Amino acid sequence: MLDRRQFLQVAAATAVISGAPGMLSRAAARQTITQDDLLSFDSVGQVTLLNFTDCHAQLVPLYFREPSVNVGVGDVKGLPPHLTGKDFLTAYGLKASSPEAYALSSEDFSALSQTYGRVGGMDRMATLIKAIRAERPNNTLLLDGGDTWQGSYTSLKSSGEDMVDAMNALGVDAMSAHWEFTYGADRVKELIEKLNFPFLAGNVQDTEWEEEVFESTKFFERGGVKVAVIGQAFPYTPVANPRYKIPTWSFGVREKLVQQRVDDAKAGGAELIVMLSHDGFDVDRKLASRVSDIDVILTGHTHDALPEVVKVGNTLLVASGSHGKFLARLDLDVQGGKVKDFKFKLIPVFSDVITPDPEMAAVIKKIRDPHEAKLGTVLGKTESLLYRRGNFNGTFDDLICQALLEERDAEIALSPGFRWGSSLPPGENITVEQVFNQTAITYPNAYRSKMTGQLLKDILEDVADNLFNPDPYYQQGGDMVRVGGMGYHIDVNKPIGSRISNMTHLKNGKPIDANKEYVVSGWASVNEGTEGPPVYDVVTDYIKKKKVISIPPNDSIKISGL
Amino acid sequence: MVQRIEMSSVSRRDILKFAGAGACTALATSLLPGLAMADAKLAAESIKKITGGKTPTMGKVTLELPQIAENGNTVPVGVDVDSPMTDADYVKTIHILADGNPLPEVAVFKFSPASGKAKAATRMRLAKTQNVIAVAEMGDGSVFMAKTEVKVTIGGCGG
Repeated sequence: MLDRRQFLQVAAATAVISGAPGMLSRAAARQTITQDDLLSFDSVGQVTLLNFTDCHAQLVPLYFREPSVNVGVGDVKGLPPHLTGKDFLTAYGLKASSPEAYALSSEDFSALSQTYGRVGGMDRMATLIKAIRAERPNNTLLLDGGDTWQGSYTSLKSSGEDMVDAMNALGVDAMSAHWEFTYGADRVKELIEKLNFPFLAGNVQDTEWEEEVFESTKFFERGGVKVAVIGQAFPYTPVANPRYKIPTWSFGVREKLVQQRVDDAKAGGAELIVMLSHDGFDVDRKLASRVSDIDVILTGHTHDALPEVVKVGNTLLVASGSHGKFLARLDLDVQGGKVKDFKFKLIPVFSDVITPDPEMAAVIKKIRDPHEAKLGTVLGKTESLLYRRGNFNGTFDDLICQALLEERDAEIALSPGFRWGSSLPPGENITVEQVFNQTAITYPNAYRSKMTGQLLKDILEDVADNLFNPDPYYQQGGDMVRVGGMGYHIDVNKPIGSRISNMTHLKNGKPIDANKEYVVSGWASVNEGTEGPPVYDVVTDYIKKKKVISIPPNDSIKISGL
Repeated sequence: MVQRIEMSSVSRRDILKFAGAGACTALATSLLPGLAMADAKLAAESIKKITGGKTPTMGKVTLELPQIAENGNTVPVGVDVDSPMTDADYVKTIHILADGNPLPEVAVFKFSPASGKAKAATRMRLAKTQNVIAVAEMGDGSVFMAKTEVKVTIGGCGG
């Protein structure tokens, strides 16, 4: 659609918008991928579902490395999405070093990031969505799985409002939620008033009377098909995040209630039933086997990016990744209330080859302009690839733990296993924006307190069970808590209480003593009234002092039972 | 009809405050030595007392519980027994037990054919991760049971 010269001009303009230093990725320059390739799709049927989820308030292009460790336990061992690296490429027949391999796996990430560049950016996303809407004007439904209002500096400063503006501009048709709730009940209600589309969370009830807090279901007509979209918020929000911010709201998977919603939608004439879910992939895989008549589940929460749908009975499960890195397109042919045929594509949003949509670029510029100086402030440089995503310590977590140990004078550091947080290839500057991409939460205080060895063990056991319980309905959190200053062994297949062993105080190589007290610093405590400086200030100060960050390989966690 | 259990003068909340802050966690019952002494044995004895020694049959009883308690201090529990509730076939009592609480007996609900339905709901405190058990005694003396595990977690790091 653009000639090479126009393309380069656009790309150069883009680099300015995204705050990226002017270099275009090599693949973009060589045009090995084009916007037309990304959009190419032979449409099927009457309904086109477009879906992204867990964008974590990322408005501009970034790097995001998929996990190299994503362990599945019990029935899902070795099944997607619990495949990484080469195994993932083999399972989906992807060529090493290809654009798809770069987008979907962790293999060779640092090197390939130079070839294929950044991903995401809501202005690029808007371009893709507009093109597909133009092709399928009366057939397209755009659904956002949530974790949209949190994860960046501008979202934290505007308490989520920047993302409401961006999503209204994008023309989202419905959303669900999780981290949205960390702004507190009043703010959530305020922002919903500003949305041009419904906020669907059918599994949230008030604790007093068990009445619905939000809408559960919205009907749409697309291509002559009556579509019901049922929203499901993250079921364990009050456990995994501070309950004091939403004290009167109760969550849960509520399987029976989901079935009721589905039955009601059918009775209301729905021919296609879509669940917009923030349950997490394994929870939805189980749910799909127990709740009947859901045609499509647009999964979220666990940030998995799968290039094909996963079928459970007659239900199609879509996993569209995170951070605005992908746009999922699912075309459906619906006949007599059943899906007769479908076609799917997980479109990687390669920032350097997609022309930014000017309207969305203007919205983003308006949001970021007042903060541009702060966002771009360079704190230091990294010599290592920095990333978070994965079941165990990522390098960005190691950096945060180092900062906690030094700045808070602690023996042991604990950092939450969030799945969000952008990556940064070696050689890049670390800016204030990068720090907030890892830490922008509404309960950021970095505590410093004493804990016994026994308590540390109990914490590791508890969090491990949230991740490796063989029954997905008992998996309630993110990845494993990250640790600094301490090593341990974990057998993922053991029951709670016996997964963790060989806890070692790294400073002196001695075993952690159950009865001894250690000075521990951490952040993101779900307890009200936690005291300490915000973690983003702690990390900022540390990087400023160090100037150059280099993270040695972390071999202090030994994993078995894989 | 509904028995309430107080763990002791030290509430879970006080303990949480004392503990200050967990990882991205709160802290719970591993800090309660001497409080949560109960084990499944006590609950088994209670069940024996209820049934007069009979072994309850699994089935007919449905428990409604969260998989993971949002707040261990007030966990909603619902119980429903499949019964026509006629003079010939009805549910006499439903007992709810929590096998990890210091006092396992949580509640007793009494019914008659006039009740129409054998269904009840209340809230209870759970000291730690444990099984919640419902035992239903029928008019004819038979006994049915259901059991569900509820996790009381020290918190997590939400995705």
